[in-house]
Amino acid sequence: MEYFLQQSINGLALGSIYGLVAIGYTMVYGIIGMINFAHGDIFMVGTFIALIAFLILVAIGITAIPLALFLMLLIAMLLTSLYGWAVERIAYRPLRGSFRLAPLISAIGMSIVLQNYVQLAQGARVKTLQPLITGTHTVLDLGNRFVVQVSNIQILIVLTTLALMTGFTWIISSTSLGRDMRACEQDLKMAALLGVDTNRTISLTFLIGAALASVAGMMYLLYYGVIDFHIGFVAGVKAFTAAVLGGIGSLPGAMLGGLLIGLIETYWSAYFSVQYKDVAAFSILIVVLIFMPTGILGRPEVEKV
Amino acid sequence: MSAARTGNSSVLSHALKDALIAAIVAFGLFMLLLGFLTDDSRGPLRLLTRPVLLATTIGIVFVGRFLISLIYYNATTLRYYLGALWTAICSLAREFKIALVVLLLLIGGGWVFFSPKDWPLILITVATILIGVRFGFSAALLVFAALFPVAFYNNPYFLGIAIIILTYVMLGWGLNIVVGLAGLLDLGYVAFYAVGAYSYAIIAQAYGWSFWVCLPLAGLFAAFFGILLGFPVLRLRGDYLAIVTLAFGEIVRIVLLNWVSLTNGPNGIGSIPRASFFGIPFNATETGFAAKFGLEFDPTHRTVFLFYVILALALITNWVTIRLRKLPVGRAWEALREDEIAVRSLGINPTNTKLTAFAIGAMFGGFAGAFFATRQGFISPDSFTFPESALILAIVVLGGMGSQIGVAIAATVMTASFELFREFEQFRLVIFGFAMVGIMIWRPRGLVSTREPTAYLKERKTISVEHVTEGRG
Repeated sequence: MEYFLQQSINGLALGSIYGLVAIGYTMVYGIIGMINFAHGDIFMVGTFIALIAFLILVAIGITAIPLALFLMLLIAMLLTSLYGWAVERIAYRPLRGSFRLAPLISAIGMSIVLQNYVQLAQGARVKTLQPLITGTHTVLDLGNRFVVQVSNIQILIVLTTLALMTGFTWIISSTSLGRDMRACEQDLKMAALLGVDTNRTISLTFLIGAALASVAGMMYLLYYGVIDFHIGFVAGVKAFTAAVLGGIGSLPGAMLGGLLIGLIETYWSAYFSVQYKDVAAFSILIVVLIFMPTGILGRPEVEKV
Repeated sequence: MSAARTGNSSVLSHALKDALIAAIVAFGLFMLLLGFLTDDSRGPLRLLTRPVLLATTIGIVFVGRFLISLIYYNATTLRYYLGALWTAICSLAREFKIALVVLLLLIGGGWVFFSPKDWPLILITVATILIGVRFGFSAALLVFAALFPVAFYNNPYFLGIAIIILTYVMLGWGLNIVVGLAGLLDLGYVAFYAVGAYSYAIIAQAYGWSFWVCLPLAGLFAAFFGILLGFPVLRLRGDYLAIVTLAFGEIVRIVLLNWVSLTNGPNGIGSIPRASFFGIPFNATETGFAAKFGLEFDPTHRTVFLFYVILALALITNWVTIRLRKLPVGRAWEALREDEIAVRSLGINPTNTKLTAFAIGAMFGGFAGAFFATRQGFISPDSFTFPESALILAIVVLGGMGSQIGVAIAATVMTASFELFREFEQFRLVIFGFAMVGIMIWRPRGLVSTREPTAYLKERKTISVEHVTEGRG
């Protein structure tokens, strides 16, 4: 029981990270109906930018952890969203209106570019960062050998995710940008006819998605402390799985799916085998797509001639 | 915006403005990742600065964008000159076709005269060109491939590369059935390649069966896997299908990595039995190939043999594809690629049609895998990663989906250039990624050649033009 509880806490923290990345997939899919295959690599770029930003902050003497973290977050969001924007501008915008698989192939190309660019720029070796946020709280101690603990970093991850989700929901539901985004999601052509600047809205969607992914990247860096140029691929596929599981196109669905994938993966590692934890996530993807392609909170999609 | 409408100075200032914006964006993009290097070679992670690299990159972006803008704003004039040049070249070539042949023969003759040692190479060059002029490009390519080992018998390195190229040609043709003909984006094709390789390695080691017995088995296993995967997932729409095949490919790789008792895990399977020539092994013993045919033992015999094996396998793939295209199932594939809803309305079962494409594509992947295993003598899960799938897909995409000759050329160019620039591994992959993006933007139906539907009602023009212009819009 304690073990289960502990795993649930770990799973929630991991799931928050997946959920943040999944939002990027689900938003882009909702608006232009493409799988942004490079999104996982944007997440990876985010981890690297956060790492370098932190090292620069230390080098110029900002060592107070809260301030450093805050600045790190700002820099990471700003610069990573620039990557999201650039990828959309270079690889996807010229393909608007092309045949359905063109943006996906283009995205695969972009993903290869980003991975190898980071490998070229920063080397293939694994980068390790010593834990910045330490300390744990005991949640439950029944006097057994096993004590359920919550670490500060886990609390930080969940709180940040909650704050971002609140802010993000507010953007979608009550700002003019959010209204434009919802209009584009319903009908891109009609929105354009009614005076919504669709190109700008799509660009901003990519920007916001990348910013959220960069936050997830920073959390990943703080939580695991080990990154390399290759983490984007698996994280991306899992986040995509989360988006599909929650119902692609649905924002609460992405978060819910992220949490579920995080929990399932953690339980799987804890109770079955660590080696096959990726197989678990990939199998869920296949099973969900076959039996429940609209996901938990998604709308059914009707294919028209 | 032609040069005539916008003045020269305003063109310049426009281009400068574009370049400046690009440089600022580039600064934002590259500031951290190129400007700094995280280094942990000595103790804990520390930062090194690379201002020169950053400045050079931004400079390149600035100048590049400036030139592109200049060209873009002067596009009409430039296109006029380029078009005129191209027309001139074409008409020259048409006028002097016979003169060209004579000239080539003369060059060839002179070459033989001055370096008689190279005669096989010269012979096949001349033969290729002559056949190319008379019977067309494909025939020339075939003759060149068939005579290749004769010319490069003394160059095992070239032969090795040629074998790798042909393996990729075969994989490209196999995937072409799935992607090019049936229009199903398969991102996990390498899984079938892996299944073929592993089933050959395991069966040959466990039962000692020969390559020629195991080859069909490997193909069957791969096809079986294709059906196994395809059956549930082929109902899915294009992009979902792509992601599911990707997941499947990864699952196969992870299972190969972790099922140590069967696959020996990450260490791979070594000393896989070599293919034999009708039961005669290629070795230096009394019963070996060289002794049987009264030749002196030479390891190149085996390489040449492998070359012809993979050439034959690839040509079989090609032949089967061309035949299938004329059968109802091939017609159904192409119809499916163009419009699935129309196909369904005509009473064709899309799932079964897709399944056949998937299974046949997988089978050829399995053949190629078995060949790979017997050539390498060693396989490990490292050979079957996602980038490999992406490479095969890129060959199909660049070659022109559905076009056989295009895929062959794309495979040759890509594999050969990968060999040539082996030292610049990441650079070439960055360029490769950009190439995929570029092809999708400018030539979405393929760089080398395109294939239009084999069968069509009067309106063939609308189908092809629509697809191409859509990509440009």
